[in-house]
Amino acid sequence: MSLFYFVAFLTILFSLLVIFTKNPVYSVLYLIATFFTFTIHYILLNAQFLAVVNFIVYMGAIMVLFLFVLMLMNLNKETEPVKSNLIKIIGVIAGGTLLVTLIGSIHALQTTAASATPNSEIGLVANLGKVLFSEFLLPFELSSLLLLSAMVGAVLLAKKDKRTQNG
Amino acid sequence: MELAFLFEKLILVTILFVLTLSIAAYSTWAERKVAAWLQDRVGPNRAGIFGLLQPLADGGKMFFKEEIIPSGSNKWLFIAGPSLALLVSFLGSAVIPFGQNIELFGRVVPLQVTDINVGILYIFGVVSLGVYGIMIGGWASNNKYSLMGAIRGASQNISYEIAMGLCIIALLLVTNTLSFKEIAEQQHSWHWNVIYQPLGFLIFIICAFAETNRVPFDLPECETELIGGYNTEYSAFKMGAYMFAEYINMFVSSAVMAVLYFGGYNYPFMDNVNALLGPTWGPLIGVAVMFIKIIAFIFFFMWVRWTIPRFRYDQLMDLGWKILIPLAIANIVITAIVITVVDKL
Amino acid sequence: MESLSGRKKVLEQKPMNFWERIYLPAIFRGMGITFMHMFKKKETIHYPEQEREFSENWRGMHSLKRDEDGRERCTACGLCALSCPAEAITMISAEREKGEEHLYREEKYAAVYEINMLRCIFCGLCEEACPKEAIYLDGPIVPADFLRKDFIYGKDKLVEMPINELEALKGATV
Repeated sequence: MSLFYFVAFLTILFSLLVIFTKNPVYSVLYLIATFFTFTIHYILLNAQFLAVVNFIVYMGAIMVLFLFVLMLMNLNKETEPVKSNLIKIIGVIAGGTLLVTLIGSIHALQTTAASATPNSEIGLVANLGKVLFSEFLLPFELSSLLLLSAMVGAVLLAKKDKRTQNG
Repeated sequence: MELAFLFEKLILVTILFVLTLSIAAYSTWAERKVAAWLQDRVGPNRAGIFGLLQPLADGGKMFFKEEIIPSGSNKWLFIAGPSLALLVSFLGSAVIPFGQNIELFGRVVPLQVTDINVGILYIFGVVSLGVYGIMIGGWASNNKYSLMGAIRGASQNISYEIAMGLCIIALLLVTNTLSFKEIAEQQHSWHWNVIYQPLGFLIFIICAFAETNRVPFDLPECETELIGGYNTEYSAFKMGAYMFAEYINMFVSSAVMAVLYFGGYNYPFMDNVNALLGPTWGPLIGVAVMFIKIIAFIFFFMWVRWTIPRFRYDQLMDLGWKILIPLAIANIVITAIVITVVDKL
Repeated sequence: MESLSGRKKVLEQKPMNFWERIYLPAIFRGMGITFMHMFKKKETIHYPEQEREFSENWRGMHSLKRDEDGRERCTACGLCALSCPAEAITMISAEREKGEEHLYREEKYAAVYEINMLRCIFCGLCEEACPKEAIYLDGPIVPADFLRKDFIYGKDKLVEMPINELEALKGATV
């Protein structure tokens, strides 16, 4: 349990650092560290598959792309646009609403005895696969369709327009 | 029991660590020797017999060179880059089974540091982290060439990871497990996966070349275009760390290919040999076979390096996205159909 | 355009067939070629132990020659220094005293004769300019050294060994 509190402390520390560091590249690096602590949480819960997938997809692919874009743009203090007060107020309101929603949902969601003591075998690959392909087959396939449509859209956007190319 | 288990793992980890280091060190020697042989030369032969002390000489030179940290660079990240590259490259060898269970001093010892049931995904994750060392180091150097190298490295790794993952999915359809140990056990004697997945192996090895940044996919550090790419600004031991990480990556990916496709420690007629030599010496022959396979793959990496010229950047992307990924998807579909048909019959 | 010489060849580029397009056969052929080179004769010459044979017109380190009686041929006329395009040669002349006839052939000789090997380009013009056939570039490769001053070769390194000493040396080694 003490390990959990240590990792949880690290998670919160790193996520705060993500927000408070000035340099965007540092921000992304702290975000990577945050995701790494998530992976440790999953391992503590014996959700091996989820841990490794979080590791591969978030740390290994998505954050690499984030870093890639940030390094290409080479953001620094000089290029940072001046933010008007209006944008700041909008930001505070949006953040506040999100916070209220989160607190409300946590309040509404009673922790039941079943979720408090998780089934330690459910996170293994075989069990997860069985649940995904029987009980949750429809949501699983729908989400894959969603990803496919996003992919088709990306290809369509990236494709050169024939007419402008020739003309 | 608990203490003995810890002790056993500690010894295994130490042996593996030293072995990885020495194989990586001698890969630098072998690279120069192989390059020389393929070019009708002799190669290093002054330090020790056959130049066998060359890695020591190189290491000594690296240590005593001047450490230069450019003044415009980001100091912390400049140091973090090579450290991360070296650290991540070591992680991979933890899940690779180097032999059957072996009987030593009355105990049955598995020759694998840990057998997690998502072993393949773990390797895959570690490989995908490998690019951070290059990216962070390249960016922190504050040099345009380094940044170009870092960006090329990132985009190349991400592109080829997809094809690699798709190959692994086809392989998983055949093996039905994600654990390295079980995959190795399934390929008993001559039932090697390469027989069932030849196309998958071809795509996998091409992706392995791209993931380890070896020629013909060494665009992140190509000397002729980017004067060293991500390690342009590095000197002394930090430069050595990057080089070492590359050779360790080569060792790990050779081991992964040997286990996934070439049966790992399995060889034809191994049952007869095991029956003849007993439970201690039999598995040791298996370990030797495994290392012969790994060394053969390392030789193959070097052989290709001194044969095939580097790809152009657009050719690299074309190969990855337009050829390898469709081929890998076709491979999955064909494998799935064949397995279903065979099951029905 | 019509080729006047009639030797012009138009290269025909056919579209690649399937096997050429997948590149793998070509790659395997290339790998076979490099693999066969492992078993070919090595071209390396292990330098300090073995030496490559020099060609006949090889120009190496200079040597100041002696005549058949063992006397230095150089008369310090300075033509070699004058002809040297790299300004590598300097000398100080001196007059031959009585009793030194067995050392120097002419009445004037070079008391100091220096060649800066870092400047020298081994063109051989000094050899051509010499009226007394006293300097030849027939030596070995100029060895490496650590300090610049050590590359200025004086008479101690340049003058040929007298015949009797050379024979004594040969006798000692045989």
